[in-house]
Amino acid sequence: MAIDNNQLLRFTTAGSVDDGKSTLIGRLLYDSKSIFEDQLTAVENTSKKKGHDNIDLAMFTDGLKEEREQGITIDVAYRYFTTPKRKFIIADTPGHIQYTRNMITGASTANAAIILVDARHGVIEQTKRHSYIASLLQIPHLIVCINKMDLVNYDESVYDDIVDQYENLSSKLVIQDITYIPISALHGDNVVNRSENMEWYKGAALLYTLETLHISNDLNKIDARFPVQTVIRPQREGFIDYRGYAGRIASGVFRKGDSVVALPSGFSSKIKSINTFDQEFDEAYVPMSVSITLEDDIDVSRGDMIVRTNNRPETSQEFDVMLCWMSSKASQPRAKYTVCHTENLQKAMIKNVLYKVDINTYDRIKDQETFEMNDIGRVTIRTTKPLMIDSYGTNRTTGSIILIDDNTNETVAAGMIV
Amino acid sequence: MSKYYLNYLDELESEAIYILREVWAQFQNPVILFSGGKDSILVTHLAKKAFYPSKIPFPLMHVDTGHNFPETIQFRDDLIKELGVQLIVGSVQESIDNGRVAEEKGKNATRNALQITTLLDAIESNKVDCAIGGGRRDEEKARAKERFFSHRDDFGQWDPKNQRPELWNLLNGKHFEGEHFRAFPISNWTEMDVWNYIKREDIKIPSLYLAHQREVVWRNDSWIPVSEHLKLEENEKIETKKIRFRTLGDITITGGIESEADTLEKIAIEVAAMRMTERGNRSDDKRSETAMEDRKKQGYF
Ligand SMILES: Nc1nc2c(ncn2[C@@H]2O[C@H](COP(=O)(O)OP(=O)(O)O)[C@@H](O)[C@H]2O)c(=O)[nH]1
Ligand SMILES: [Mg+2]
Repeated sequence: MAIDNNQLLRFTTAGSVDDGKSTLIGRLLYDSKSIFEDQLTAVENTSKKKGHDNIDLAMFTDGLKEEREQGITIDVAYRYFTTPKRKFIIADTPGHIQYTRNMITGASTANAAIILVDARHGVIEQTKRHSYIASLLQIPHLIVCINKMDLVNYDESVYDDIVDQYENLSSKLVIQDITYIPISALHGDNVVNRSENMEWYKGAALLYTLETLHISNDLNKIDARFPVQTVIRPQREGFIDYRGYAGRIASGVFRKGDSVVALPSGFSSKIKSINTFDQEFDEAYVPMSVSITLEDDIDVSRGDMIVRTNNRPETSQEFDVMLCWMSSKASQPRAKYTVCHTENLQKAMIKNVLYKVDINTYDRIKDQETFEMNDIGRVTIRTTKPLMIDSYGTNRTTGSIILIDDNTNETVAAGMIV
Repeated sequence: MSKYYLNYLDELESEAIYILREVWAQFQNPVILFSGGKDSILVTHLAKKAFYPSKIPFPLMHVDTGHNFPETIQFRDDLIKELGVQLIVGSVQESIDNGRVAEEKGKNATRNALQITTLLDAIESNKVDCAIGGGRRDEEKARAKERFFSHRDDFGQWDPKNQRPELWNLLNGKHFEGEHFRAFPISNWTEMDVWNYIKREDIKIPSLYLAHQREVVWRNDSWIPVSEHLKLEENEKIETKKIRFRTLGDITITGGIESEADTLEKIAIEVAAMRMTERGNRSDDKRSETAMEDRKKQGYF
């Protein structure tokens, strides 16, 4: 099958409550024939029970009992569909402010975000908030869908107005690639099929747009970084001297014979072999999971990083991050946490809060001490041992951290290294 | 210069291997939950790849309801021998004999829900801190909510409304004594992906997945295999059909579909044209709309 050569595209949905995120995904699945008959029957039955005239497309993604009862999305739900061109993973995320952390979860690995705007309301507070997060997480492609066009008579001027509002907003953010599409998720206009109600719109429908986004450059193919997950030492005949460093390539390309250094020790060596199972490679690249052996017997263990000799990350114990607080327990000044960066865990402290961001106005608020749930801002973090870091802007994997509260073991914050 | 990107099957494989290695690195005593079904066979195959040339560094755990397809047990034992790994069996029959659980009564009685107690007992008595499962998010709506690393409290319970955020590829497996994790390395695989990969890698699977002649009874809209555990109802009759199974659970509740697909190629083609989900033939999921969520909260797979 031709599909075997296809790429995977991960995308997420964002927008305010009731903007139609779940309906849109239901529509995408339904019109691309990715819904099974028993799922359809189940949803039809429930829709009838609730007294809806049409089937409630949102129920394809709202999986938890409480979500169905309340008609809202609480936690990220993942959906899958395939077209002859691509395979898609969708993270349907909640719109409510109190679930912003779940939106960040869904967005962290996305190639693209669909931001929904209700045509009747235009750009509102949540649109700003979510656009800010998309920009902060540097999601490479943004698709702004102006939804519920059926409720504004498919009027071109309403659409143009909202595009203007959004252009104005996005000029204050870092967004690489924006596309605008007027849609009706409920009726299917411009979702899978081009709308006959909006002849004035000359662009492509949403599905075609998703199928043709150029995503090969979304990963960093330049800076070779290999965080070591574990060391493989088989006590087995034929492999007595084998010492393989197992991990997933975070970025860049590694080749047999490359001169490399192990960090933080700084010992240098050359790559002797790269393999997955019994398959050997001359070169391997992001995001392959491989085992690497080196020519020399140097000390490398979990949390260390193998990089090319002439292209190294920064080794640092103090750095700034943009922090998103995700716990209901507020951060305390100079509180201690465990920082998790690639496979490296170290004790750390929030040394200093530089500012918090008002994500409605994008203004900086100074003189802040603590972070509450859903707060975003810039802080300085100090760790007990050095981390091998890149800026998030150049490397999503070696530029990201989470903070773990040692008292509860909960993940309390996500950070992007500035 | 070549294109330097992975096709989606390679990307899914790489993600799964990454998760398996994280489990190994973060936990003291992980196991693979092995049911003999295609998903746990796939996870076992991926574990073989993840730690090569070492053997799989943790045991397989089978929760045995006593209502097995004989083929499943044979397959399990052969695989264990081939891989040279340890097998841990938790027995539902023993849980019943010890009075930990009581057998359900009536026509649609199954041992499906009873497995929860046996599973949690086996996890506790073997001091397992991470049980790796073959659950996939596309299987069922409650499973669509799972994280890669999913926390269970000291009663083995899942709290879906209050899960740890899981960002980028940073997996937080920290836990207190008595709690454990479930890890789902093939979360992002669909049924189609599983079959395409099994075909590509030529992975051995039980013959039950391939179309074969079998004595069956029509019940709950599917073909239930005849076995010593099946009690025939009045108007039911035994027929011989060419069938295959899309999922394997207990022999008492796993319905087959009529099919001519007797090779992996034919299965892949058949699955691509399917209009029903694979769990549509499992009466355990049909009991109520939230059957899976309810069981999962208590500690089910
Ligand atoms: N008229 C109209 N209603 C829509 C459209 N899209 C969604 N809705 C309705 O808006 C409501 C909220 O949709 P839902 O998908 O649950 O929104 P979510 O909170 O963003 O996931 C539901 O009643 C939908 O039927 C649309 O394009 N047109
Ligand atoms: Mg929703």
